[in-house]
Amino acid sequence: MAHLELNQQTIIECRKLANQIVAKVKTVIDVHTSVSIERAALRLIGVEGAIQKNGLNYPLVNEIVDQLRSDRVIAKGALYWFANGLLASGLETNELALKVGAGEIKLSQLDRASLTDIRKKAQELCKAALNRLKTKREERADLRKSQGDPFDTTWNGTPLKYVIVATGNIFEDAVQAKAAVEAGADAIAVIRSTAQSLLDYMPEGATTEGFGGTYATQENFKIIRKALDEAGEKAGRYIRLTNYSSGLCMSEIAAAAAIERLDFLLNDAMYGILFRDINMKRTLIDQNFSRMIIAYSDITIHTGEDNYLTTADAVENGHQVLASQFINERFALHAHMREDQMGLGHAAEMDPWHPNVLLLEIARAQMTRDIFPKSPIKFMPPTRHKVGDIFFSHLMDAMFNFVGVLTNQGIQLLGMPTEAMHTPLLQDRWMSIKNANYIFGAAKDLGKEITFKRDGTISKWANKVLDDTLVLLRKIDRDGLFKAIEDRAFANVSRSETGGKGLDGVVQKDKEYTNPFFELL
Amino acid sequence: MKDYSNVIKKADLKKLRPYGDIMDDGVVQVSFTLPVEASPEAREAATQLAGKMGLTEVKIATMEIAAPGFSFFVIYGKLAHTVDFTSIKVIKVESPKLSMKEVDELIKEKLGRKLVILGACTGYDAHTVGIDAIINMKGFAGDYGLERYQWLDARNLGAQVLNEDLLKKAVETNADVILVSKVVTQHNIHIKDMEDLIKKAEKMGLRDKILFIAGGPRVTHQLALECGFDAGFGVNTVPSEVASYVIYELLKRNKK
Repeated sequence: MAHLELNQQTIIECRKLANQIVAKVKTVIDVHTSVSIERAALRLIGVEGAIQKNGLNYPLVNEIVDQLRSDRVIAKGALYWFANGLLASGLETNELALKVGAGEIKLSQLDRASLTDIRKKAQELCKAALNRLKTKREERADLRKSQGDPFDTTWNGTPLKYVIVATGNIFEDAVQAKAAVEAGADAIAVIRSTAQSLLDYMPEGATTEGFGGTYATQENFKIIRKALDEAGEKAGRYIRLTNYSSGLCMSEIAAAAAIERLDFLLNDAMYGILFRDINMKRTLIDQNFSRMIIAYSDITIHTGEDNYLTTADAVENGHQVLASQFINERFALHAHMREDQMGLGHAAEMDPWHPNVLLLEIARAQMTRDIFPKSPIKFMPPTRHKVGDIFFSHLMDAMFNFVGVLTNQGIQLLGMPTEAMHTPLLQDRWMSIKNANYIFGAAKDLGKEITFKRDGTISKWANKVLDDTLVLLRKIDRDGLFKAIEDRAFANVSRSETGGKGLDGVVQKDKEYTNPFFELL
Repeated sequence: MKDYSNVIKKADLKKLRPYGDIMDDGVVQVSFTLPVEASPEAREAATQLAGKMGLTEVKIATMEIAAPGFSFFVIYGKLAHTVDFTSIKVIKVESPKLSMKEVDELIKEKLGRKLVILGACTGYDAHTVGIDAIINMKGFAGDYGLERYQWLDARNLGAQVLNEDLLKKAVETNADVILVSKVVTQHNIHIKDMEDLIKKAEKMGLRDKILFIAGGPRVTHQLALECGFDAGFGVNTVPSEVASYVIYELLKRNKK
């Protein structure tokens, strides 16, 4: 493979700064939990189902955590009260959950066992839960072996072909996903309904109505997982399933995804803060726990830096993407993730009419590949400069695919000719996959045939982005991450430490706080 | 050289048809997918459908297997239909196009106070590309965003703002203008959201106090008017066009 000559000292310095930046935030993360983390813990130990409340299918985990909150005892942790509840009542997990949901048992008012006994019980529950996740992990590894795995984790092959389905109806999604697999797709993302990131609960059951996508529910995960397993069996390659561990239910979706054997999760340490105006403490606390589940379950995350380039100018702001990738990498390492689980995100969003734009895109793609050699790298297609000229749009995607295969990106999200018009039709996706099949095949080994000129435009541009990144990381390190976000360090968006949604769901842990997942994951 | 200008066929505006490579040949290209296996029967079905669309001399350029059970067609044919171009009327935003400086000067001189403009992606819509391009400092296509105007107090409220919150904010800030960006159009959600905003504004007695403007890739001036808005802007609108319309319209109303 051709590589860029990047200033290694600068890269080392960037990683050191990212480490310092994240370490300061870690102290805030470690002493807090959130309602979403507590609900995730309950989901992991097997609390399922919903009750009818205010015309909603309201999940039992929400009801239980709500009760503990209003009784002002949540700081000890949901597992503390639930384990005690099991000891005091002698009931099974779901029996107890149903009785609490129906108001027949109040967890905070039961006889209290000793802290040692409660923790022992909680430990037991968590170990059983992790065994369940381990089974799923092993099941996945076996399937990848028996069906064949198209993902080259040495990043020397061609990029994994990743497409989205977004009909709003999970059953229609399954039809479209199977069609995409037949055409050559390796990974399917079910785009989430745009309303979901700000819901403070996970909807229940199979859903057939959504806006701009389909609701992420555990049942929907199950339905689409089954469809992809069947499609993979037929196609002779394992098909990866993607959803979104983001928004106010970040940790819970990670838990549900781990249970239903999803492969990829969009999960970013800062995306929710910047683009969904979720409180920064809440997001940073939630991302840590969600990533611990992800790490254990051998899921690969995709970070959301591509989005920065949709609000900030893509030519000028490559350093914001790289700085954020260093920070995302460090947060992930703190949550025990391996580098090969980090699909760090970036995008080809530069103005297509900018002189030498292809060289600049190659520079950034190759730079990302070379700075994170063990990580898959998620490459996102042009969207910003697409308006509805589907023929030109298809051409832009072809150039994007060319850059992807040339620079050996790990995961290529295929662009759609009808981007900016509607969620993809079956024929749009088919056309887009055919485009990638052609270019990935035609230019398969081109990256092995070329070298980059040391003083060339590509090399200079990559080093410039790297130098700018160092400057930005120094500033973030000096000001602290919270202040830096307030000062528009990323995506030209400003957020305050106490602003945004979900801060009221952040809880300082009590000294008797019990959640063995933190030690076991 | 001989004068050939009368030999070249001119477009018949009374009976306008698509142009392929000869005037009035009516050539069009369509593509679609049928939910049946690619087969001679599928090809015949596509040909018949093209005929029902008004195409003659139908040529199936390609029939592809888009997936098992789905066939994809690219079709050429000659369109039998025509339209009378001379009778077409389109409702457009009518305002002179001013520069940022001209807009600022007009507001300063004629109104003497900053205009308050609130922008948001409403309802479920989380796609802020459009509203960001119009409001944020940076702007779009080299045209500065409304935040940069000295005599505008433009605020971008971002994504997924509820209609009631937007109106509440409008009351709080004494807003002159509301900009609504709609990108997601699944199930016509953009139209429902826009109509709902106007209904709520009417209830609160705000409809006539505020200029309501919509924008988005599927928004037209006509659609915006139908939803009860004052104006609509589509793709490739630059901030100064919106600002020009705002000052032009407000001055017009002030005179009345």
